[in-house]
Amino acid sequence: MRLVFVTLLALMLATVVGLGMTWMTATRGTDLGTLTIGAWTARPKTGTADVDPYSRASIARSGELPVGTGDGVAFSATTDDRKRPLDGRCDVVVSGVTPAARFWTLTLYDQKGRLVANSLQRYGFTSQEIIRGADGAFEIRVASRSRAGNWLPTGGIERYALMLRLYDTPVGVATRAPRDAPMPSIAMVGCP
Amino acid sequence: MIRLLFTIIAGVLLGGVVHLVSVLALPRIATQDAYSRLTPLTKLNAVTPLALTDPNNAPMPFMDPAFAVAICRYDLSGGAIKLTVPVSQAYTSVSFYTRNEVAYYAINDRSAGRKVIELDLMTDAQHEELPEDEDVTAADRLIIDSPSATGLIVLKALAPEPGLMPQAQATLASSSCKVQAEAPAKQAEAPRARR
Repeated sequence: MRLVFVTLLALMLATVVGLGMTWMTATRGTDLGTLTIGAWTARPKTGTADVDPYSRASIARSGELPVGTGDGVAFSATTDDRKRPLDGRCDVVVSGVTPAARFWTLTLYDQKGRLVANSLQRYGFTSQEIIRGADGAFEIRVASRSRAGNWLPTGGIERYALMLRLYDTPVGVATRAPRDAPMPSIAMVGCP
Repeated sequence: MIRLLFTIIAGVLLGGVVHLVSVLALPRIATQDAYSRLTPLTKLNAVTPLALTDPNNAPMPFMDPAFAVAICRYDLSGGAIKLTVPVSQAYTSVSFYTRNEVAYYAINDRSAGRKVIELDLMTDAQHEELPEDEDVTAADRLIIDSPSATGLIVLKALAPEPGLMPQAQATLASSSCKVQAEAPAKQAEAPRARR
């Protein structure tokens, strides 16, 4: 009787621990093969055939298609440079330069990866649309109300993610140091 | 007491096994993965343009709205596939995914190096069956080996400005993806006997 109880307890514990860990890693992701530069993280290996099992599980769960390595690389950010979560009610400035790439796009998503509706139907910028300073640097203002210059509307949602995709770029699996890939800074400049 | 501790340790260890097995199994049992989402929207072995990504309509999460996207869902069991994608003005790329969304190959217009990206997609077995001389004469033919018999080819054309989207879509509309007709019976043998 006791043995049965003990076995059942062990099996239940195994199920909870095992599936719980799987759920955690599949939703939040792991640090395996992650390239972090400032607030931006990328997993260049997800675009290759030797993608790790954890990334495969999270890709299968979310239903997205990773950007292939011969195509480009995707960096995402959910916090600013000081690790504060991006809040759609605040003003956030994304500024600086991007790594070498033929084209890049910056897109704003909600936490489930959907675009955020707004009256301008602007969901992001491409490298060609952006207004730059004389030195080639740019400044994008991510805010709920309209701003001068490059304004990216948040629709006032609480949490969002920014995704910077570089197309036809040398940045990828071999990139290690931030100086190979100078990413734009993300700063929260004001909250109402 | 000892027995309880032992139970907990055994449970945690077993939990590790459950975790590893479930992580490895997840890509196979997932029902909402990209391939399953695209299956009702796309034709088999043909190019299907996807509607533009907007907040109310996105077949997959985290799609880039600056791109026109078309999908060719392939099944190589009927033969190799020939893919032809004309290059748009800005940027065009073709990415290959297995049934379980492993991105095994991707190429863009610059690495293809010409006005039209032309590729042959086949399984390893089909590649081996290819007559050797054909491999040589068609040196400019790019052959991709697919690790799985089924999968997805994603064609993307960038619209650098929203106004250029119709052009990008038009480029993809004239691309093709179809099962190759049976290889023409070896012609190389015919013109040998003439003197």
